Amino acid sequence: MMDDIVFQAKNLQIHAMRDDGSELPIVKGVDFKVHRGEVVALIGESGSGKTTISLSALGYCKPGLKFAGGQAELLGQDLTNMTTDALRPLRGQRVAYLAQSAAATFNPALKINEQVTEAPVIHGTKTQNDANLRALELYRALELPNADTIGDRYPHQVSGGQLQRLMAAMALCGDPDLLVLDEPTTALDVTTQIEVLKAFKKVIRDEGAAAIYVTHDLALVAQIADYIVVLYNGEIKEKGPTDVIINNPQHPYTKRLIAASRLEPQTQHSAQEQPAEIEPPALTTTQIDAGYGPTKDGRPLVQILHDVDLSVQRGQTVGVIGESGSGKSTLARVVAGLLPPASGSVVLADETLPPALAQRNRDQLRRIQFVYQMADTALNPRQRIRDILGRPLEFYTGVSGREKKDKIDELLEMVDLPKSFAGRYPHELSGGQKQRVNLARALAASPDVILCDEVTSALDSIVGANVIALLKDLRERTGIASVFISHDLSTVASYAEHLVVLYAGRVVESGLTHQVLSNPQHPYTRLLIASVPEMRIGWLEDAAKARITPTGTSDNKFSTASGCPFMPRCPMVIDNVCSRVTPPRRQANPGSNHGFACHHDVNALAVETVSPESHQI
Amino acid sequence: MLSLIAKRLGIGLITVLAVSIIIFLGTKILPGDAAELRLGQSASAENLAVLRERLGLDKPYWQQYLSWLVNFVQGDMGNSLSGDTPISGLIADRYQNTLIVSGLTALIGVPISVALGVMAAMFPGSTYDRVLTFTSVTLVAAPEFFTATLLVLFFVLFLGMGSTIVSGSTDGMGLFELIQHFALPITTLCFVIASQLIRMSRAAVLNVMASPYIEMAILKGIPRRRIILRHALLNAIGPIVNVIALNLAYLITGVIVVEIYFSYQGLATLIVQGVQTRDFVLVQSLGMIFCATYVVIMLIADIAAILANPRQRHPK
Amino acid sequence: MTHHSRPSTQEHYVAPFDDVTSFEELKDAPPPAKFKLTFMGKIGAVVVTFWVLIALLGPFIAPLGENELPFPDAYSEFQAPQPGAWLGTDVDDRDVLSRLMFGASRTLGIAFAATIIAYFFGVILGIGAIVAGPKVDLVVSRINDAFMSLPTIMLGLVVVAAVGSSIPILILTAGFIYTTVVFRLARGIGMDIIVMDYVEAAKVRGDGIWWIVTREIWPNAAMPLISDFGLRLIIVILFISSLGFLGLGVQPPQADWGSMVRENLGALQYGESYLPVIAPAVAIATLTVGINLVVDDISSHAGRKLSGRM
Repeated sequence: MMDDIVFQAKNLQIHAMRDDGSELPIVKGVDFKVHRGEVVALIGESGSGKTTISLSALGYCKPGLKFAGGQAELLGQDLTNMTTDALRPLRGQRVAYLAQSAAATFNPALKINEQVTEAPVIHGTKTQNDANLRALELYRALELPNADTIGDRYPHQVSGGQLQRLMAAMALCGDPDLLVLDEPTTALDVTTQIEVLKAFKKVIRDEGAAAIYVTHDLALVAQIADYIVVLYNGEIKEKGPTDVIINNPQHPYTKRLIAASRLEPQTQHSAQEQPAEIEPPALTTTQIDAGYGPTKDGRPLVQILHDVDLSVQRGQTVGVIGESGSGKSTLARVVAGLLPPASGSVVLADETLPPALAQRNRDQLRRIQFVYQMADTALNPRQRIRDILGRPLEFYTGVSGREKKDKIDELLEMVDLPKSFAGRYPHELSGGQKQRVNLARALAASPDVILCDEVTSALDSIVGANVIALLKDLRERTGIASVFISHDLSTVASYAEHLVVLYAGRVVESGLTHQVLSNPQHPYTRLLIASVPEMRIGWLEDAAKARITPTGTSDNKFSTASGCPFMPRCPMVIDNVCSRVTPPRRQANPGSNHGFACHHDVNALAVETVSPESHQI
Repeated sequence: MLSLIAKRLGIGLITVLAVSIIIFLGTKILPGDAAELRLGQSASAENLAVLRERLGLDKPYWQQYLSWLVNFVQGDMGNSLSGDTPISGLIADRYQNTLIVSGLTALIGVPISVALGVMAAMFPGSTYDRVLTFTSVTLVAAPEFFTATLLVLFFVLFLGMGSTIVSGSTDGMGLFELIQHFALPITTLCFVIASQLIRMSRAAVLNVMASPYIEMAILKGIPRRRIILRHALLNAIGPIVNVIALNLAYLITGVIVVEIYFSYQGLATLIVQGVQTRDFVLVQSLGMIFCATYVVIMLIADIAAILANPRQRHPK
Repeated sequence: MTHHSRPSTQEHYVAPFDDVTSFEELKDAPPPAKFKLTFMGKIGAVVVTFWVLIALLGPFIAPLGENELPFPDAYSEFQAPQPGAWLGTDVDDRDVLSRLMFGASRTLGIAFAATIIAYFFGVILGIGAIVAGPKVDLVVSRINDAFMSLPTIMLGLVVVAAVGSSIPILILTAGFIYTTVVFRLARGIGMDIIVMDYVEAAKVRGDGIWWIVTREIWPNAAMPLISDFGLRLIIVILFISSLGFLGLGVQPPQADWGSMVRENLGALQYGESYLPVIAPAVAIATLTVGINLVVDDISSHAGRKLSGRM
């Protein structure tokens, strides 16, 4: 098997060059091999060096980095000390690269086909004609729509999911021996991701190419990799065949990674047993219509939300789930008062809130707090942590001096940060620490409700899991109600007792989390649940088989004044009904608050069921 | 895309109108009107009133403005205060002179400078790049008359070529003779715009060179020449055209100083003369011409940038 | 599932558990190294310091008065450098060195005062326009655009034609003209900041405009604005000098660098020495180039390029 090695890293070391001339090791002696026909995954969190290592297979270092030792051998040739001229014939021909964001890696000024066929034509391995034929073959293999003409378009004229597949065509057009894929599906919506992933897997297998697959997502890796290399801080912690790493990890770090990816859904009783009806909900929204632009006849020009209802009890969490563009952040802005709704109301316990921020009084403002997704932009870089936390304290409660300092210490303790952080600036903290400060700022107001907008999306899985654990703990200690907004079903499900599924600004299904997950009714909810990768080898194949909408992606989502927005992707469309009539709201089972909006009733939907495995998250 | 261009044209037109209002009102806030200035301080009230009526100065401002604007558009700019001669006649020759100098400068300076800048961006950090960057940093901050002085010292006084005063008829001269005749002013102006153009076109290309699709091209093993010429330049055209237009507009300022320096009979010497003799009817007309030219150049830049953007050329 | 029918032949490796307890989250990238001037930047700084000192002390240490004649008894136009007139004499027989020193404080002083004025009003209007809301912003920006579409030197000429030239007028005119530029700059910087979540967080909290501007926006806008000050100053110096050169700036017999070049242009044709023209021209050039060298160092501080990797 030795001659079968396509790529091999031998004690590979890469350093970052600092401005003062000193060097900082980024990759600290890494060994691994990629055989022909094998997919090797590099897995790790940000800062693990996985992207840097993968680029060494192209003999490339990002600006500011350099090879400091060891070898990166492609087909037996060491790339680390090759000149650019010597590397050029290898790149694009022997080894090809797929980046995370196809939107950024396609040149906006050139037609797609030119870019896809460029490498083999320039390297002289194919004539333009052969390359065109090859490209067409790949477009078809990747299940791209309008394969014959898509190459004549410019990158901005096709959708994100398509562009991501076109990038795969670009990489494969030169028949490379090795593919390097850097988080190629991370930027996609979950229901789109599965299509792209399936296409990738198919072409990799059909072409018999070797691949290095870089990702942070273990569940994805389980679907596509033969061999997994677990990286932490530029070192290999564990490496082994996929089933060994997934099912029998040895190293504590691997175990933690896997634990953080396997979040248990909230199937818990707490939601049911509490006498929910006695107390009024902490927060209710009723029939919210909202959007942007001038309002006409009570409807905004660009309407984002249609008729959105939501309610959450004290000490509980409602999870709002939806893909990009579903209106979930708009909902949070309406509740916070940033975007007054065109109609509908926001009720806080017993009082109806004025729609606009400026009309709300200080106590009303205090009782709802917003936690932003990106701590980097949510924390003022020119304020110390003490000032960031101190402001809401003095603004809402009027404390100062000694008392304020004690409260700040208390808040830092609540979010598990040392007191000494009070004197630091945000840039002196790590991503997870910043997110904790972000949370502490909301808590400083002693709110009744917190709105968490994608608070874990920008974090690594372990860090994100810790933030979720902290949120659970805080919920228990303070009885705070929360609205948890996310695109990530498994994260939402692990934290929220109630789920609200948004699609194109409408609630398509809502209810207790375990009910929605175990007995999803709306076709979209089913698709969504079936699209969340499970950390189980073979899931992708099962899921693909069970999928009812083979080519549907979220790109053709649209918002309508009437009719069902999911209509273009729905496998059960009723002609002339779904496109015109807004679906009625139905109950999934009598007596529960599990409801959905569809023209089909429970019995009709029961005919079309998704395979049972896919119900678990 | 057409609607976008129409919108830009509309904005351009509005800007020119706004500018004309500013210029018109600018002359109205001054103490003394055209009648007073023409007749002098000792003029009788009756004479003034008669002249005001004849010039239309007794009408409300908006009527005066409209008739001034309509006349201006038709090419009638009124009579100058000093000498009472038609301004359009005064301007005609001068306009041609200024156009020759700035046109030749643009023709020679722009392509050379852009090429130099793009080349510097092709080899960032090289000796060529550093020398060029340093030179342009130096020149960008130096005033026009400093450059002119250096050139005069070198060519006229050291080499004994050219003249410190550029005047005389240019009738019947060929392009080469024109260039020879205007060598010093043109070279000075070229230096003035070159320093900015080199820096800005270099920055425009470097900016494109830092984008992920260039990194992708590198990783596809595309040769440097093709990366620059096919991948980078195509995206840098918009910014570069913008830079060119900005600098042509800047040429207007440069032309004023350079004309004075070489005692050249162009529009600039006329306007300075107008300012010195407080002939604001003349200043008003020239101001309008300069500003309108400026607005038109900026408009061309805007539209060129729209045309260069593939997202605009090929809508979804 | 065919893909997994052939299990990987590679071995299973587990690293030693030497750091079992500490899988701390890796720190974000360390903050960039402190800013240091390059060699050229240092030269620039020295030159700028020199001229600032001359501008401050010039009138006190100049060998002669601004209009004093070094050789009152002789016809002495455009004399070569000699004891008593180290840079020679000018068109009116005066000492070029002394006039250069007086001119330094005038040129630099006017430019500095005008830039301060431009910053004061430009920043207040620019930030004010954004916080006042989109409608106000639109109106103010459009008016500003109209003024910016006038070539600066034309505006200057028109004002001088209208009200004549004096130092306060020059300061106000330049200040006004460059207010439009600073307005656009401040507005752009402010726009980037006001969309930040921390500003929205302050709004949602209920904080007032004053707090948001002074505590959330200003601390973040200050640095980029200050680092642009040098560039603005250069441009104002060039503007003042150009007006001076056109004879429409500082009026004789007062000296400023631009008007000195104009007065003494004749020296190029029939002077004993060219210094009366060269000295003020070089003075302006060294000052502005010096500032530019420092500014360039600051602006190139950020970011690396993909150099030499193709």
